[in-house]
Amino acid sequence: MANIELRNVVKRFGALEVIKGVDLRIEHGEFCVFVGPSGCGKSTLLRMISGLEDITGGEVLIDGKPVNNVSAAERGLSMVFQSYALYPHMSVRQNLSFGLENVRTPKDVIETKVRDVATMLQIDQLLERRPKELSGGQRQRVAIGRAVVREPLGFLFDEPLSNLDAELRVEMRGEISSLHRRLGNSMIYVTHDQVEAMTMADKIAVLRAGLVEQYGRPLELYNRPANLFVAGFIGSPKMNFLEGRISADAQTEIVLDSGERLNVPAGKFSGGPDQRVTIGIRPTDLDLSEDGIRLDVGGVEQLGGESHIFGTTADGRKLTLHAQGQTPVAIGEEIRISVPSDRMHLFDTQSGKTLLSA
Amino acid sequence: MARIVAFLTRTRAGKGRMDWTDWVTYGYLLFGIVLMFGPVAWLLLSSFKTGAELERFPPRLLPVAQDTLVVESYDEPLPLFKMIAGDQEGRTLAQIRRVGLIAQMVDPAEPETRLKVNVADREPIERIAFAWNNYTDLFERLNFPLYLWNSTAITLTATAIMLVINSMAAFALSKYKFRGKLTVLALVIGTLMVPGTVLLVPTFLLVSQFGMVNTLWGVIIPGAATPTGVFLLRQYMITIPDEILDAARMDSASEWKIFWRIIIPLSAPAIAVLAILAIMWRWNDFLWPLIVLSENDKFTLQLALNSFQGEFLTDWEKLLPATVLTLLPVAIVFMFLQKYIATGIASTGGK
Amino acid sequence: MLKLLNPIMRLVEIPFLLVQKRLGIGMTAWLFLAPNLALFSLFTFLPIILNFSYATTGGEAILLRDRPDVGFQNFGNLLECENVLDPSSCRNDLFWRAVWNTVWFVVFQVGIMVIAALATAIVLNRKIRARGLFRGVFFFPVLLSPVVVALIWKWILQRNGLLNAGLESLGFETINWLIERHWAFFWSTFISIWAHMGFYTLILLAGLQAIPQDVYEAALMDRASPWRCFRRITLPLLSPTLLVVLVLALIKGVQTFDEIYAFTGGGPGSATTLIMQFIYETGFGVQPRLLGVAAAAAIMLAMVLIFLTALQFWINRKKVDG
Repeated sequence: MANIELRNVVKRFGALEVIKGVDLRIEHGEFCVFVGPSGCGKSTLLRMISGLEDITGGEVLIDGKPVNNVSAAERGLSMVFQSYALYPHMSVRQNLSFGLENVRTPKDVIETKVRDVATMLQIDQLLERRPKELSGGQRQRVAIGRAVVREPLGFLFDEPLSNLDAELRVEMRGEISSLHRRLGNSMIYVTHDQVEAMTMADKIAVLRAGLVEQYGRPLELYNRPANLFVAGFIGSPKMNFLEGRISADAQTEIVLDSGERLNVPAGKFSGGPDQRVTIGIRPTDLDLSEDGIRLDVGGVEQLGGESHIFGTTADGRKLTLHAQGQTPVAIGEEIRISVPSDRMHLFDTQSGKTLLSA
Repeated sequence: MARIVAFLTRTRAGKGRMDWTDWVTYGYLLFGIVLMFGPVAWLLLSSFKTGAELERFPPRLLPVAQDTLVVESYDEPLPLFKMIAGDQEGRTLAQIRRVGLIAQMVDPAEPETRLKVNVADREPIERIAFAWNNYTDLFERLNFPLYLWNSTAITLTATAIMLVINSMAAFALSKYKFRGKLTVLALVIGTLMVPGTVLLVPTFLLVSQFGMVNTLWGVIIPGAATPTGVFLLRQYMITIPDEILDAARMDSASEWKIFWRIIIPLSAPAIAVLAILAIMWRWNDFLWPLIVLSENDKFTLQLALNSFQGEFLTDWEKLLPATVLTLLPVAIVFMFLQKYIATGIASTGGK
Repeated sequence: MLKLLNPIMRLVEIPFLLVQKRLGIGMTAWLFLAPNLALFSLFTFLPIILNFSYATTGGEAILLRDRPDVGFQNFGNLLECENVLDPSSCRNDLFWRAVWNTVWFVVFQVGIMVIAALATAIVLNRKIRARGLFRGVFFFPVLLSPVVVALIWKWILQRNGLLNAGLESLGFETINWLIERHWAFFWSTFISIWAHMGFYTLILLAGLQAIPQDVYEAALMDRASPWRCFRRITLPLLSPTLLVVLVLALIKGVQTFDEIYAFTGGGPGSATTLIMQFIYETGFGVQPRLLGVAAAAAIMLAMVLIFLTALQFWINRKKVDG
């Protein structure tokens, strides 16, 4: 059990700054997910916490103690790697016990711990096998087992599910979540898949280009994205964006680039007249209506239970609408859609920041 | 010309009947076997021949020895002859001594009677016999065991040292980022360019300064840090995923433990190849031992073999079995590990 | 077996743990490098420098401080020649004989060996039975020690040897192969080819196997004759490998010593004395030991070798880029 804190953490490789000052606090017992596109620095950040990567600037604290100069071996964390990184020449049993042997654990204790963990993860039948004789899912379990058996203060996961097929990924997702509930340790989990982040996390840190864009609970990020990037990254299907500006005469009206107008409730957003804004609206929040924004339908997918409509606005923007049930709309038609103002997000186009007033 | 050309190229795959290009191919291969293995086989057969048989011209294919028999009242066994002409025709006699064209013979059945016969009237009774004593003599009368020991000691020690220090260096150069790494790599590549053969004089000075002239260490140490070995191992170790090392670090393994418990077992195939190569190099090494070792009792097999052949007279009776014993370990290793050796040598480009 | 090493490993671990804790993981790399680097510096880097000191000093002393400085006299004496094509006009005629012997030796040895290796590789690359066995047959002599190679052939070529017996049975005169200079040179070249061909065959075979089969199938569909297949497909696609083999064989050919020394001792006269033997005998073999001259000759040899090696690196680079 431990809380992990990052204070203005910076990482440079030569002249290249990869992590540009990150502040985060992970309370003990929390499941925190670092999510972001590839190259955003999330894995580097994790490795800096683990001790495998040097910290160029700032501080990492575990339970309030700075650990910048503590080696990976002594930080009391364990890690599950993307490629599992099982020792290929050792049996599953040896893989599990290697770490314990390194810290001079008595033989009988090792034996008990390995057996308990193996039973818990249902790999007790595989103890004498080599990693190459295991399936992907089994390897994943062994990798997790190796992390668990040392009873660390916290767990670090580096995209652990990215090598599994879709079905297995869903299954393992559930298992890692239940493992977290059972052990109650702090966990930091790195992924580029926002679905994994949404389903597993207590808290999500969205990273981009070495900076945390937003840190909060999953639904908080979904409902109140702090900026355009988070809005576009979190949520599936992806949010639609329309460009426009706040009307010069009325603060509650937005003039879209197509010339169409949208009403927004007074007081919900802050923004000055003529300010360029980006309107975000999730595909599931759009409604078909008599009047509203014009859309030329370019494609329709009928899934039975729901329908996806793809269209283009008058100013040439692509827009997606997910409607419940089946739809009579056909390709080539011209339809109207309404944007419910309570589900609408508004961002300053220039800075990307949300205009939602707190 | 066209024929040679056609056989130099491939033919359609999977046809049932041999056409003439196949005949040429197998002819070439047969010729290859005779040319490549023939001389070795001839050496092997010859090494079992007695001294007299070795002198014989023209030589016979198989080792042959004359039958002998212990006859009463003679200490040594006497050679047996079959009489093919003259008075005693048809009898089997043993020779006591020979004087010019006349031989004193005796019938083993009646040892008291001495017979004088013309040497032209008789024919030796011979059978195929392997003169194993050529080999046993090497061990009993010559310093051969000492040379064998010297060679073995040098080969094993040098290989062990080389494997350890080369794999350590290869690990550092493949899995660490550190200041100066490029310089070290460049220096190592640079030494690949300068073959050891051109550094004989100063290397000898150093060896003599360390008092290692005429010691086995003088042969072992200078060649232990081969750039070839470092490179071979480094190329292999680079392919080991870094994540495995990181996992071991998370598992509280020290860097040395990572090397010893993770890297070494995972590099086993490359280390095996290098070990085989190193054994070959050291066992067959000639020039450097020739320079360092000046006294007979420190000689390696190769030096001893070379010294067995005199300036004018060569004692083939000893030399041939000694040669066979020298190539035997290589031949055995080759038979079992042909594939490893082939890939190893192809990947390092020899030495 | 490995358990026995455990206490030793614990002991060795201690300095690594210390460095790792005090100076960081990156510094342990130096500890891993240390033994190899120490031997490298001592027996490779240092000798490279010392070689120049020897080459510019004279006398017979081994210790450098006992050796008088002679500048470039060693080089000058070696190179002093009225006509380099005629060794007897040179101050050090043996050096020039060795140089020319080496040149001719390398020309014949490398030329014939590469062609023979290519032919063998092509044969081995055909669909034949027991390819592994045949590959082994041609490769086997590579593993034999130079002395063994020399003795095997000396035994066949000796006066009463197998070859003379064969000649006689066919009604020819017997020949004293290693006493007649031209024959001695011929056989020296021959055994050297015999001993090393398998190595280059192996490299060329790997090169041939890297040529995709479908290229030949396409050529077959185009009704290309076997000769054209060889000229237009095999040779061009194999040429990078062939070049590497050629340069490698040159590098090694120039350094040939062991097998010829054990085979003929350089004789008759100096008919088979190669440059490495000259260096060995000048510096170590005969009295007086002229270490300076040997070092000077070694430096000149090294320059040739470095040129050839640089050529090889350059070709390899081109091969990779292409």
